Amino acid sequence: MLNNMRPVDEREFSRVLIEACSTNTPLEVVGGGSKQSIGRPMQTAANISSRALRGITLYEPHEMVMAARAGTPLMQIEEALAERGQMLAFEPVNLGLLAGAEQKQATIAGVFATNISGSRRISAGAARDHLLGLRGVNGRGDIFKAGGRVMKNVTGVDLCRGISGSWGTLAIMTEVTFKVLPAPEDTGTILLLGLPDAIAVEVLCAAMGTPYEVSGAVHLQPSMVARLWHDGLRQQGQAITALRVENFTKSVAYRSERLKEYFKAYGEIHELERKDSLSLWGELRQLSVLMGSDAPVWRISTSPAAGPKVVAAITAYMDCRAFYDWSGGLIWAEVLSTTDAGAADIRRVIATHGGHATLIRAESDVRAAVDVFQPLEPGVERISRKLKATFDPAGILNPGRMYPTF
Amino acid sequence: MSLVALPDPDRAVVARRDAIVEDLRRLVGPQAIIADEEGRRAYETDALTAYRRLPLAVALPSTTEEVSRLLRYCNQHDIKVVARGAGTSLSGGALPAEDALVIAVSRMSRVLEIDCVNRIARVEVGVTNLAISEAVKQHGFFYAPDPSSQLACTLAGNIGMNSGGAHCLKYGVTTNNVLGLKMVLMDGEIIEIGGSHLDAPGYDLLGLVIGSEGQFGIVTEATVRILRSAEGARPMLIGFNSSEAAGACVSAIIGSGIIPVAIEFMDRPAIHVCEAFAKAGYPMEAEALLIIEVEGSSDEIASLLAVITELAKPFKPRDVRISQSAEQSAAIWKGRKSAFGAIGRISDYYCMDGTIPLGKLAEVLVAISHICDKHGLKVANIFHAGDGNLHPLVLYDANDEKQAEKAELAGAEILELCVTSGGCLTGEHGVGIEKRDLMRVQFSETDLILQMRIKTVFDPKWLLNPAKVFPLDGREAARQDPQLAA
Repeated sequence: MLNNMRPVDEREFSRVLIEACSTNTPLEVVGGGSKQSIGRPMQTAANISSRALRGITLYEPHEMVMAARAGTPLMQIEEALAERGQMLAFEPVNLGLLAGAEQKQATIAGVFATNISGSRRISAGAARDHLLGLRGVNGRGDIFKAGGRVMKNVTGVDLCRGISGSWGTLAIMTEVTFKVLPAPEDTGTILLLGLPDAIAVEVLCAAMGTPYEVSGAVHLQPSMVARLWHDGLRQQGQAITALRVENFTKSVAYRSERLKEYFKAYGEIHELERKDSLSLWGELRQLSVLMGSDAPVWRISTSPAAGPKVVAAITAYMDCRAFYDWSGGLIWAEVLSTTDAGAADIRRVIATHGGHATLIRAESDVRAAVDVFQPLEPGVERISRKLKATFDPAGILNPGRMYPTF
Repeated sequence: MSLVALPDPDRAVVARRDAIVEDLRRLVGPQAIIADEEGRRAYETDALTAYRRLPLAVALPSTTEEVSRLLRYCNQHDIKVVARGAGTSLSGGALPAEDALVIAVSRMSRVLEIDCVNRIARVEVGVTNLAISEAVKQHGFFYAPDPSSQLACTLAGNIGMNSGGAHCLKYGVTTNNVLGLKMVLMDGEIIEIGGSHLDAPGYDLLGLVIGSEGQFGIVTEATVRILRSAEGARPMLIGFNSSEAAGACVSAIIGSGIIPVAIEFMDRPAIHVCEAFAKAGYPMEAEALLIIEVEGSSDEIASLLAVITELAKPFKPRDVRISQSAEQSAAIWKGRKSAFGAIGRISDYYCMDGTIPLGKLAEVLVAISHICDKHGLKVANIFHAGDGNLHPLVLYDANDEKQAEKAELAGAEILELCVTSGGCLTGEHGVGIEKRDLMRVQFSETDLILQMRIKTVFDPKWLLNPAKVFPLDGREAARQDPQLAA
């Protein structure tokens, strides 16, 4: 078997995997390779990539559906959607940039394999909520399909969801079909400056409790603001709390006004028009505030109101800079590098406050030594291990990437 | 009508019924076990009434621990189990078996926690769908999935079937609105998946369990997302001279960038029955009707409805009526949500649930009417047009055995048509017993084995909700998976 295999169709994937299965040959599964340095380091004999499978195979804007071969670059997908005024509503963040990869490397299957969603997750759902169907090959070499191309489908077991977020450990996707949505006509942002974390998250949660369909609710600590690419915002020099409204122009104006009124007690409110709004949310998608450093980065999902408590607790143990997304429920925490990237303390904090944490950026020796993904409860762990065994009995697909035992 | 074969019950289990009932009473108390025939009779079917089986016994547990004791016992003694919510399944998902214990979660219906800051509610799953929205209404929130049976159906059943509803075009179906579950596995182990945060770690077990039709375990508690209600909502009615025009109008609206909160379709037969029932002001002369609802402030609603009115013009609508009051809006929705019941008052019907790509709407509707003509049956169409989820109601006389059989045949042909048109067998009602033998129309043997192996992961002895979802033949390969021995 050759290193760096790039099969050109699903039959070839099947042949390779049947052989790898029979010879117990572990393979590293990659798309464009943009997230290769995320997860536990693996010992594999070769890598197998879907990057040769390219091209949009179906696009029906009036049905809000697109299908593409697995290795189609995300950029190509998003350009095609933009031409028709549509978008991937879950706004995938560019994890690859964090890991030092180039933006153009990310593939559409990689987005679904990692289920990484951006700021609009709170209103539009996660990546996996948009995955309607897929074709793929499991670790036995079986070619299968799951789901379909229609918006509503409860026929059989929802394998699409099961496979989305499995980081290439259950099957290799060869084609994905997903829901796309109209891009909003207009975008506006209101900003509050200088709020401490706890107050800021109070604002974010309150905003989500209004009827104005806030589609982005973030809070950046001053140390994160200092890294923004947007000059005007970076120069504010204090914490930024931002709420995004997306809709028809008239509605954006109306809803922004209502939000300004609602939160006026929290201090002076600034407003970003369309261009600056797009620029801010665009760079947050690129995780700009986590660039320019190689300190460990954790991605923590918790209850929104628990967000500031989690950060305060981590900060009690180590130097920590935080970017809150999802109205406080998603924390990107950059911590001062320690031997374990703060894993022991952060896991303890999560155990107290609830949620889960994934180590996104760290040197490979650290990722080899600590739990990169959230350790699972015993019952869930056992089912997960069996799921892995049924999809991939020989353990050839990204073995150990998520969890040491499977 | 009974084209779908039900396996013979396990005589040995049935013969031990009295002893089993005694054991069950000891496990959860006599008040939680129904064993007399009259009592069991109430559980012999669900909303797919053509199929009936008297269960071995019925258990009504009050706690997760009781569910655990029941399942552990049944697993040890190889007794099959059928989980049940309110029994409103249209696909026979809750149909009992003579050798199976029904575990109904109806007594577990408490709302445990409402947290508006984090926008979640934690409930026991015997709670009805509507009761969740009612519980959070005072805070200005609601629970989004809204199946037509929401007054009666339980969250348990919604989770089992991954239920949708009229408003899921904008808000998604059950799987998009559940964050965490507490469930009991067949061996009695209680596990928790997810929680009150987004996107549980590891594999998406939540996504696998939701919509698994009671095949994987019995869910007892759930943490669901609640959403802030819009400032206001208002439906409009647009009547057309043809289904084609209505279908094209739906495409035009969605293509324009507007996602209404709901787009519902009715054809002429459905319009007439529903109007007679609800007096909603539906246009009686129209061949097809769209009910389109938008949300926002009153200005936003007015401007969206004006845009939609413009978008509809090329399709020559014959009636355009915007609801003028909350009462009118309620009547418009009452007509739609009670449509199945209203049609049920004039005829027996067989309700299909296929989904198709929206672009195929017109041709599929024509083909459906051909299929029904061929069998000499009438059909009424009511469905969620925005997402292509059809509900053709094939009308027949249940007392006429031939007609009943024809209805079932026509239904199967309609579902095959949905699949060959690029769609699927079921958009929201589930496979259950009804569509079990049609699964191969949509899935290859490999696809099915993959799914069935997951069943084996959760329920190695295949005791949960027997004879449903997967065709009876071809199960062995997935049951005997040596990989799952560990």
